[in-house]
Amino acid sequence: MAEDSSKILAAGTAAPEFALHSTPDQLVSLSDFRGAPLILAFYPADWSPVCGDQMALYNEVLSEFHRFKAAIVGISVDGSWCHAAFAADRKLHFPLLSDFEPKGAVARSYGVYRAHEGVTERALFVIDPKGTISWSYLSPVGVNPGADGILDALEALAAKK
Amino acid sequence: MSPSASGKLKPPVGANDHVQGAANAPITVVEYGDYECPYCGEAYPVTKALQERLGKKLRFVFRNFPLAQAHPHAEHAAEAAEAAGAQGKLWEMHDMLYEHQDALEDDDLLRYAKALKLDLPRFVKEMEAHTYAERVRADFSSGVRSGVNGTPTFFINGMRHDGPFDLRSLLAAIEEAV
Repeated sequence: MAEDSSKILAAGTAAPEFALHSTPDQLVSLSDFRGAPLILAFYPADWSPVCGDQMALYNEVLSEFHRFKAAIVGISVDGSWCHAAFAADRKLHFPLLSDFEPKGAVARSYGVYRAHEGVTERALFVIDPKGTISWSYLSPVGVNPGADGILDALEALAAKK
Repeated sequence: MSPSASGKLKPPVGANDHVQGAANAPITVVEYGDYECPYCGEAYPVTKALQERLGKKLRFVFRNFPLAQAHPHAEHAAEAAEAAGAQGKLWEMHDMLYEHQDALEDDDLLRYAKALKLDLPRFVKEMEAHTYAERVRADFSSGVRSGVNGTPTFFINGMRHDGPFDLRSLLAAIEEAV
C-alpha cells in the first residue's frame, strides 16, 4: 500500500465538496448527488491495458448499483477530452470526472493522491444521501478492488434507513 | 480504512456448479470467465495444462462472467454453454467456444451445437427463450459479490488469486495455498 496517502478520509467524515468537469463544457458537483448514495471511484489513469478493468467492471455492474438508487462517478487526473475518448471507447454509461486543474486537488482533499507519481490512488468512497462518507477503501494501486465492497457498503446504508 | 471484503468466494462451490474433478480433491480452482474475452482465451490452455499436471488433486469449476458491454457475443455464448450443459455437454461446448473465440455469432453457436450432436430443436428453443440467462446472471452476481474484478478471475481454495495466470504463477499460488 502507498506510503504517502495513509490519510484517506474515513467513514463518518463529511465528504469534501468538489466541482469537476465531466465533459469539456460540463461541471459536476458533489451537491448534485444529494438525496441518494454516491460512489466515488478514484483510479490512476484511463486506458489501462486490460479488459474488464475497474471502470469497465463498474459499467457491467451498474444495474446492481441502481438497485440501491446509487450513482457512480470515476475520478482521475486525466483531462476531460481524454475521458471522453476513453468513455466512448469502453462504452461507459456513467461520468468520468477530471481532477485536472489544479491537478489532483480533489484527490488530495480525500487523502488519496500519490504525489510522487502525480496520479490518484485506487480508492473507493460511498457517500450517503446527506453527504457523509459511509465507507472508504484504499486498494493496492495495482489491484482492481472489484465491486463487492461497494455493494456491501450500499447494503449497510440501505439497512440503516 | 475498512477492511476489504474482497476476494472470498461467495457462495462456495455447490451442487449447481459446473465441476470437473472430485468433490474431495485437495485443490479447488474456480474460474470466472467470459467466452469472448481474449485473456480468458489465453487462460484456456493454462487451465487444461493445470488439470493435466495436477490430475486427481484438482477440482476445476467454471462460472460465467460475461462482460456484455465490452463483448457483444459473450452473453449468448454463455447461454449456449449452459444450454449444452442442460444436455450434459457443458464442458464440450466450453472447449468449443474457447477454441473458436473468433466465431461466436448465433449461427456459429448453432453450428457447434450441431457438431456436439445436441438435441437441436431444444437448443434453439432454449436459446430463443433465453432459458439460461438467469443462471448466467446468477453466476455474474456471485462473481461481483466475490470480488471478481475482471476476466478471467481465479479463486484458489476459495480465495481470489491476484496475480498473473500463466501456468507457473498459478502452480506457485496453488502450492502456497495448500
